[in-house]
Amino acid sequence: MASSFLLSCRGLSAAADETPILHDVDLEVPAGEVHVLMGPNGAGKSTLGHVLMGDPAYSVTSGSVEFDGADITELSPDKRSRAGLFLSFQAPVEIPGVPLRSFLRAMVEGRGQKMKNKEFRKKIKELAQTLDMDPAYLDRELGVGFSGGEKKKVEMLQLLLLEPKLAILDETDSGLDVDALSVVSRGMELYREQCDGTLLIITHNTRILEHLNVDCVHVMVSGRLVAAGPSGLIDEIDAQGFERFELDNSAE
Amino acid sequence: MAENTIIVTTSGKKRTQVADVDRGMYDFRYEDADAEKLEAGLTPEIVREISERKGEPAWMLEHRLKSLEIYNSIEMSDWGPSIDGLDMDNIVTYVKPNTDQKSDWDSVPDNIKDTFDRLGIPEAERSYLAGVGAQYDSELVYHSMQESAAKMGIVYSGIEEALHGDYADLIQSKFMTLIPPTDHKFAALHGAVWSGGSFVYVPKGVRLDYPLQSYFRLNAKGAGQFEHTLIIVEDDADLHFIEGCSAPKYNVANLHAGAVELFVGKRAHLRYSTIENWSKNMYNLNTKRCRCDEEGQIEWISGSFGSHVGYLYPMSILAGRKAQASFTGITFAGSGQNLDTGCKVVLGAPETSASVETKGISKDGGIQTFRSSVVATPAAKGSRCSVSCQSLMLDDRSRSDTIPAMDIRCKNVDIGHEATIGRIGDDKVFYLMSRGIGEEEARTMIVNGFAEPISKELPLEYAVEMNNLIKLEMEGAIG
Ligand SMILES: Nc1ncnc2c1ncn2[C@@H]1O[C@H](COP(=O)(O)OP(=O)(O)OP(=O)(O)O)[C@@H](O)[C@H]1O
Ligand SMILES: [Mg+2]
Repeated sequence: MASSFLLSCRGLSAAADETPILHDVDLEVPAGEVHVLMGPNGAGKSTLGHVLMGDPAYSVTSGSVEFDGADITELSPDKRSRAGLFLSFQAPVEIPGVPLRSFLRAMVEGRGQKMKNKEFRKKIKELAQTLDMDPAYLDRELGVGFSGGEKKKVEMLQLLLLEPKLAILDETDSGLDVDALSVVSRGMELYREQCDGTLLIITHNTRILEHLNVDCVHVMVSGRLVAAGPSGLIDEIDAQGFERFELDNSAE
Repeated sequence: MAENTIIVTTSGKKRTQVADVDRGMYDFRYEDADAEKLEAGLTPEIVREISERKGEPAWMLEHRLKSLEIYNSIEMSDWGPSIDGLDMDNIVTYVKPNTDQKSDWDSVPDNIKDTFDRLGIPEAERSYLAGVGAQYDSELVYHSMQESAAKMGIVYSGIEEALHGDYADLIQSKFMTLIPPTDHKFAALHGAVWSGGSFVYVPKGVRLDYPLQSYFRLNAKGAGQFEHTLIIVEDDADLHFIEGCSAPKYNVANLHAGAVELFVGKRAHLRYSTIENWSKNMYNLNTKRCRCDEEGQIEWISGSFGSHVGYLYPMSILAGRKAQASFTGITFAGSGQNLDTGCKVVLGAPETSASVETKGISKDGGIQTFRSSVVATPAAKGSRCSVSCQSLMLDDRSRSDTIPAMDIRCKNVDIGHEATIGRIGDDKVFYLMSRGIGEEEARTMIVNGFAEPISKELPLEYAVEMNNLIKLEMEGAIG
């Protein structure tokens, strides 16, 4: 039976090589909502993001992922992307010799969108300006020599260009200065406005959430989702850390 | 009769075409002669006959005969990829004009035809490029290029034709002095049977601001096998010469032993660019050399994509103070290919400098070796040379190696070498795919990015051709 959720995973376990990392994860995100995923370092948050996106570095050992009414557990990452899923990488890669502009172009073309070159150039220039990026960056090699903050802005630019149905933002707010942080915040709001986008935000930093209406907070510890609750949970975590959840976890 | 071995292209896409069959003139004559000599080794008679047919000056005949002697007396080199597949006992079959080649379009392998399709080579040119049938001819472009160059005093012609012209003595004084027949077995063979090729002379102080482009006809007088290129750029002059094209050159006789000799005068500058895509039965044993006088500069841009086996090490001899060389090369070895490429540098005078940057790619079991030799003579005080080579192996079956040699006979020189051999990063592929880009395209983008430092040195239309070529190689679409 198709679920009414935009994204839902059931009993999802995944491993890298032979090492299990995610255990029996159940997660449901309805369309249009903002969900937050928190947890200590090494909990498996990024791994979950990558597994949802179909990273072949991980193998799904059990469970399934459903997106927009279809089972995507076996789908390749490019097809997931075209189905409307997006992952902003915690550590975006560098690809020497490939100009950012050509990469963006290939992204758009990969979706079979016919956009005239002029229109495309205008669009990405506008997006760059929205994100306080010097349009000269568009002609630089993808990620090469970009600062940590610049890389995150490039991720946001892609988000706004693709307008996916669901965006997983993996620490897109970390390592940003105050100005960049508000730029990324603005980007997130814009994404919500433009296409009523759904967000799954992985973060250690509550600041970025201030301007957002958070619908649900999930807590991951040691590869398991151990708690979920309304936005009040964020303040609790802020005040008390994850210790409580860790205890819960070991008591299981 | 005008030497007809030069074809000029304006760009990969805009070639003119005169669909005229012009091969009867010489090819038929060969057929009878060949029939008789097929079994024999290479003899002085054959060499005499070649020379006679060309109506050459006596010194050239002598040169050929001497080269033949050397050819018959020296051994094959004992390093590098195997060339056992070359039938050296029947070397005459390589020397004869390739009568089989011009059989017909039907005999051209399907994969080559397919590649023409995918490279977008116009219908009209395909049979020419495939080495069969009507010779594609852009005489018009060639002549207009010749004419405008001539106005500046530049000579640009077939070398056989030039042997009878005003520059005959100059040619005699330079011909095979950089690449003597004693250099190696195939240089000797070249000296004995060379045929066709270009001659360019740029007078003092003349600077040509557009490139001269040429590639060699395959189906004329064995020119695809043994062409000789001689370029002289006098003091303070400037030239960019482009050889080759990205279309696969199909050839039944599968040996290519051409020679390129370049002379760069004081403060002169020459850029020599090549994209080579011989068909994949070819043994490409080409030799290229340049000599630079004081403050002269040679820039090599070299792309090797085709051939079954390749040996190619363009050499820069920096003979004058402050002479400079740069070598930018890319080699792509796919299935069934063993490409041994690189370069040689001789720092032969004070304060010379050379920089070498190469990229090697291997895929589907291909073997790609970067081989370099840097020699600093005792005269090289204050010289420097940096060599950087990067290789990318696209799968576990393929191989990339680096074999740098250095022979430093001078203190006070600065020589650096750096090599990296890597694999295509799965994290990069995943990143691109997570943006909706298909796996094959993702890999192609990464490889094109890897090759970018080379393609950016090429004129735009060649860079585009090279990117297309890489794309086809990535699809495994080229036979
Ligand atoms: N490809 C991999 N191979 C081996 N181990 C991995 C791999 N990816 C993740 N891990 C391990 O799985 C665990 C979870 O890592 P993950 O990056 O998902 O954590 P995280 O919750 O995102 O942490 P952080 O908050 O520090 O970003 C870590 O112990 C990590 O070392
Ligand atoms: Mg993480």
